[in-house]
Amino acid sequence: MIWQFDIIILIFLVIAAIISLRLKDLLGASMVFGIYSFLICLLWAEMGAVDVAFTEAAVGAGVSTVIMIATVFSTKRRSKD
Amino acid sequence: MKIFGLIAVLVVGALLLSATSDFPDWRDKDSPANKSPVSSFYIEKTEKLTKVPNMVTAVLADYRGYDTMFETVVIFIAGIGIIAVLRNFDGPNSSSIKRENNDEGGGLLARFTCSLILPFIQIFALYVVAHGHHSPGGGFQGGVMLGASYILAALAFGLSKAKDIFSERRTMIFAAVGIFIYVGWGVLCLLFGKEFLNYEALDSILPGDAKMARSHSMLIVEIGVAFTVTAIMFSMYSNLSTRGRLSKGL
Repeated sequence: MIWQFDIIILIFLVIAAIISLRLKDLLGASMVFGIYSFLICLLWAEMGAVDVAFTEAAVGAGVSTVIMIATVFSTKRRSKD
Repeated sequence: MKIFGLIAVLVVGALLLSATSDFPDWRDKDSPANKSPVSSFYIEKTEKLTKVPNMVTAVLADYRGYDTMFETVVIFIAGIGIIAVLRNFDGPNSSSIKRENNDEGGGLLARFTCSLILPFIQIFALYVVAHGHHSPGGGFQGGVMLGASYILAALAFGLSKAKDIFSERRTMIFAAVGIFIYVGWGVLCLLFGKEFLNYEALDSILPGDAKMARSHSMLIVEIGVAFTVTAIMFSMYSNLSTRGRLSKGL
């Protein structure tokens, strides 16, 4: 609705995606991925797809971040590439 | 090798970006999706035919009931797959270990805060499930939130405490019961003489007329989805965080 918000969220979205790909620390990368999910949830909600936004907030930002962090704890924390 | 990857990414990215100009504009009433008779049918008739204000849930649980049913089965299979790959049955069993490792779970503040907010999370999750056909939400989202509340309990009080409430056996029973509710509801429609998942057949056993029967059936189907999703989410977390031993959480 307000396109300036769209642009700001989109810019943060791209930044979060690049950061979560480039981070060597896997714990930090999964946290930034959670931030990415929250931002895309905001975008969905702003475009009027409230159900999708709800799913993204619950599944993408909530549970999958927790599951990824739980998995990082049972592997190595540092990525090699 | 890395340079080839970069070239591939750039080429595919440029192709995708050049294809975006073919997309219809947002809220374009002449776009193929908006011009098709299917979407106008949903928009105009959903509330009249099913008495469900939330069109998304009506499409998910009624018009495309098969789709959601097998989505639930996919989640069930994913949970079973994680158990098959990760579950480690040798070594000390979770039931035989005594509670000497009291250090698992969070500190005092985390425990106190979680004990305060956990009831509210669970009640809100149940509200999302029960109110999914009137407001945003539904079985999937509510189930994930309910599963997340058990994950939070496992994080704060330790996995063994959470497993006292929601043991592995109970998890798998819940996951199977969810699918049983969904498929059984479809079979019940068959027994009443209509097609599989045609909820209008059930108006004689549900309150209200045939349209209300569709609305009530959506609620029951969502409850089935919520059962499966709750159980599988918690089972996934407990297997992934302990490498399948289910003995000592994070």
